[in-house]
Amino acid sequence: MQKVYSKIESISGNVITVTATGVRYKELAVVETRYGSSLAEVIRLRGDEVALQVFNGGRGVSTGDEVRFMGEPMKVSFSDNLLGRIFDGSGRPRDGGPELTDTMIEIGGPSVNPAKRIMPRNMVRTGIPMIDVFNTLVESQKLPIFSVSGEPYNELLARIALQAEVDIIILGGMGLKYDDYLFFKETLETGGVLSRTVFFVHTAADPVVESLLVPDIALAVAENFAIHGRRVLVLLTDMTNFADAMKEIAITMEQVPSNRGYPGDLYTQLASRYEKAVDFEGAGSITILGVTTMPGDDVTHPVPDNTGYITEGQFYLRNGRIEPFGSLSRLKQQVNDKTRPDHRAIMDGMIKLYAAYKESLEKKSMGFRMSEWDEKLLTYGEMFEREMMDLSVNIPLEEALDKCWEILATCFEPEETGLKTELIAQYWKNKV
Amino acid sequence: MEFTGEATMNEVCYIHSQGKKLKSEIIRIKGNVADLQVFEMTTGIGVGDDVEFTGELLSVELGPGLLGQVYDGLQNPLPKLAEQCGFFLDRGVYLSALDEIKKWDFTPSVKVGDKVEAGEKIGFVKEGIFDHWIMVPFQLEGVLTVKSIVKAGSYTVNDTVAELEDEKGERHTLTMKFNWPVKRAINCYAERLKPSETLITKLRIIDTFIPVAKGGTYCIPGPFGAGKTVLQQVTSRHAEVDIVIIAACGERAGEVVETLKEFPELIDPKTGRSLMERTIIICNTSSMPVAAREASVYTAVSIAEYYRQMGLHVLLLADSTSRWCQAMREMSGRLEEIPGEEAFPAYLESLIAAFYERAGIVRLKSGDIGSVTIGGTVSPAGGNFEEPVTQATLKVVGAFHGLSQQRADARKYPAIHPLESWSKYTGIIDKEKTEYGRAILFKGDEVGQMMKVVGEEGTSLEDYIIYLKSELLDFVYLQQNSFDPVDAAVTPERQRHVYDLLLQVLTAKLDFAGKEEARNWFNRMRQNFLDYNGKEWKSDEFNKLEEAISQLLAEKKIGVEANAEGIVG
Ligand SMILES: Nc1ncnc2c1ncn2[C@@H]1O[C@H](COP(=O)(O)OP(=O)(O)OP(=O)(O)O)[C@@H](O)[C@H]1O
Ligand SMILES: [Mg+2]
Repeated sequence: MQKVYSKIESISGNVITVTATGVRYKELAVVETRYGSSLAEVIRLRGDEVALQVFNGGRGVSTGDEVRFMGEPMKVSFSDNLLGRIFDGSGRPRDGGPELTDTMIEIGGPSVNPAKRIMPRNMVRTGIPMIDVFNTLVESQKLPIFSVSGEPYNELLARIALQAEVDIIILGGMGLKYDDYLFFKETLETGGVLSRTVFFVHTAADPVVESLLVPDIALAVAENFAIHGRRVLVLLTDMTNFADAMKEIAITMEQVPSNRGYPGDLYTQLASRYEKAVDFEGAGSITILGVTTMPGDDVTHPVPDNTGYITEGQFYLRNGRIEPFGSLSRLKQQVNDKTRPDHRAIMDGMIKLYAAYKESLEKKSMGFRMSEWDEKLLTYGEMFEREMMDLSVNIPLEEALDKCWEILATCFEPEETGLKTELIAQYWKNKV
Repeated sequence: MEFTGEATMNEVCYIHSQGKKLKSEIIRIKGNVADLQVFEMTTGIGVGDDVEFTGELLSVELGPGLLGQVYDGLQNPLPKLAEQCGFFLDRGVYLSALDEIKKWDFTPSVKVGDKVEAGEKIGFVKEGIFDHWIMVPFQLEGVLTVKSIVKAGSYTVNDTVAELEDEKGERHTLTMKFNWPVKRAINCYAERLKPSETLITKLRIIDTFIPVAKGGTYCIPGPFGAGKTVLQQVTSRHAEVDIVIIAACGERAGEVVETLKEFPELIDPKTGRSLMERTIIICNTSSMPVAAREASVYTAVSIAEYYRQMGLHVLLLADSTSRWCQAMREMSGRLEEIPGEEAFPAYLESLIAAFYERAGIVRLKSGDIGSVTIGGTVSPAGGNFEEPVTQATLKVVGAFHGLSQQRADARKYPAIHPLESWSKYTGIIDKEKTEYGRAILFKGDEVGQMMKVVGEEGTSLEDYIIYLKSELLDFVYLQQNSFDPVDAAVTPERQRHVYDLLLQVLTAKLDFAGKEEARNWFNRMRQNFLDYNGKEWKSDEFNKLEEAISQLLAEKKIGVEANAEGIVG
């Protein structure tokens, strides 16, 4: 049963209020304006005063416009017909194809019972040593790339998506530059995976609030594919735009901000999306790779900060490289004991030495004499950056581990590495 | 919500919405309007929905069968819920916390005519390896007389086991379970004692330098990814206590799954039984409803106090208390209360203090001793400890294990900062010995800082050796590999032994021609200790490496540092 109201009481930013009865929290409505129609969602009920956020924005909404309540929350169609299709931020076709209406599913549904989750166990191979060796990516992981604009984070996302062995790729774009959107489309097409990709793209030109729906729609679709046994990779770029849209709504609603204008529930809001990453017992999985740009390159900014507390690690992309410090895969230990016996020790040992290299480098930059040990570290650091950190390196894990031993042997004596004697006996390469 | 008649603060209500009953709690009453917080997703609730009052405060169900369970914040058993609802946590489904069909072998310990008080034992059942006391419900007042008690035999938690009469002549029927309001501390013991016995975690840096005490409190603040959760996970495995309660509060579901899947397989060396048999998990992870997250820490601590009341030592690990505080912040914001710092409610400090106050070691009326130890992680915004939750917590806890980003970046795990952290409790090694080690760390750090200014060439050999000693102590003692089968858990006996050996090196006057020689020698020493830490206690290889260490030391030792005489024999 749809109810229509034609008196909007207030319009403030992207939030409108109407007087209505029988309306339910989170219910969807359509606002008809002279510039076209927009979806809106009920975000507050106070007596018969109903507040809605308008996804196309408040601009152009007039007090005499019609608000039609749909009697149910936001839904999206789910079937294999989605594959290869491109939609906008609220799920309308963007590729000229037909609108889909079969099997409508709810978005933002309940969370998975922890008792029905299983331990992640499959490594996702990327061919990037900084990931495979040092911070292994795992199926069902949720992990953002922390970066700043200008860095090739979307390229990195696309590269991982192409190499990962998954059944379905879902791209959720929020405030995506049109060029980046085209880049994704082209890259995935050239890579031959477009036919098993679904796009939900909100571009920088679209109304800001509309990006709020993207993660929920993308993840609801992913969840249904996963329940049907598919391994799904969801790419979300850029989650900072999503958080900023939430901030805008919170400010309009006059909520008390907790930190730099962001609402106090920022953590909960982000978590309810990222936690959709899952490996289902007896079915498929969802892996989430996101992008979080850090305003002012500041990791303590509320968006990257809250994200870091939620996700299972992060990759810092800086100067075109994945930084060894700060980058972290929390699930790596679930898989790196089954790869090769030296994997864990190399992973920690190489980074400890790299940290020591950074100290020597600092000393050097201050003009101190370099001891023999410092010199060794300097050689090591340069080799490490060239052979491991450079993003152009594309080799399998095993080869990368061998390379690590080679670097160690070139630079150090065995007991200088801090590695256990047994491992050294097995893997130490004699100087070439 | 409007009501007629009576409403009680914290009373549980059910909202009838679209055919479902959604559990909620009254959090404010003004005239005939009450504010409810809903323990479920609120999608679909509408103005005009009916609300049902229960007259009960938000409570936990206490009785045999809690051990080994996995509950959500409101004590719904999650595996059972999964059997009924499948993959997702459907709204409005509530199951009873305890198994109602299982029969327990009850042995009475009182007889008709005996006088008993709240919290006293009237019998027991075997729950795993423990005697689970069946007690007089904690809310009964005064001295009660046993009017009837069943014979030894098999009963369910719902069967009547005894009848008591209170001083007013009122009769009370007892089963093996009863409810207790989560926000009230259980205090039917004789007296609270001072925490003095070390709680062994088997982590060297903690037991030796910044110990925890049974009945004490401690906190682990640290930026994201520094290792708070891993630290709690290893503690939950290896800590020498009877029962561990894990409150996964607003953090990742995946982390709970690790515990869930691994614990049943792991054998507790002390009891020879699966670790799960001494563990209870209360899990309200970040995507589960926020209001239930707020309740979850109280559910956890109430269960901890319940087992303490049986003379057991309980460790409650809460990860993360910041999420609990954020849940309070969200509620307070919705109530439009006047916010304090960073929009946290003004009463934040007193609630944090009250929570940690529920820890403690007590002497029961029976003379038995029980304890609840609370360790909470704190997740400060931006990794900055100058924020309300960290600061309020530091005011009330007995030990502070602060994690450092630099140490985590350099893979120095556990990344507890050795100089900034502190503890008011007594550890397993004599204070003068640990103070000596701490002084070396402190001095070594100073020299390290100096070297950054004056370079290695501007540092004296003497200072450089102190620096190397502090690095050695850090590398082979403070750092510990939680993923190595041997190094992961070190008994107090081994800690004392290894520390003494290490102290031989730290206190030695060493003879080196130059820094290069010193560095090489310390590298070899480090290598030996590293291998030594990975060997089984008192195995042949262990002994051999110990011999190698002593020999290496003898090569360069020319005496004992003046300030160390009297510390090493
Ligand atoms: N003792 C340790 N030994 C080896 N690795 C560790 C150790 N502690 C932490 N790590 C590494 O750091 C990662 C992050 O640790 P953890 O999840 O405990 O961080 P946290 O402080 O709980 O972060 P958050 O606040 O985001 O929950 C782990 O997944 C692991 O890879
Ligand atoms: Mg954690």
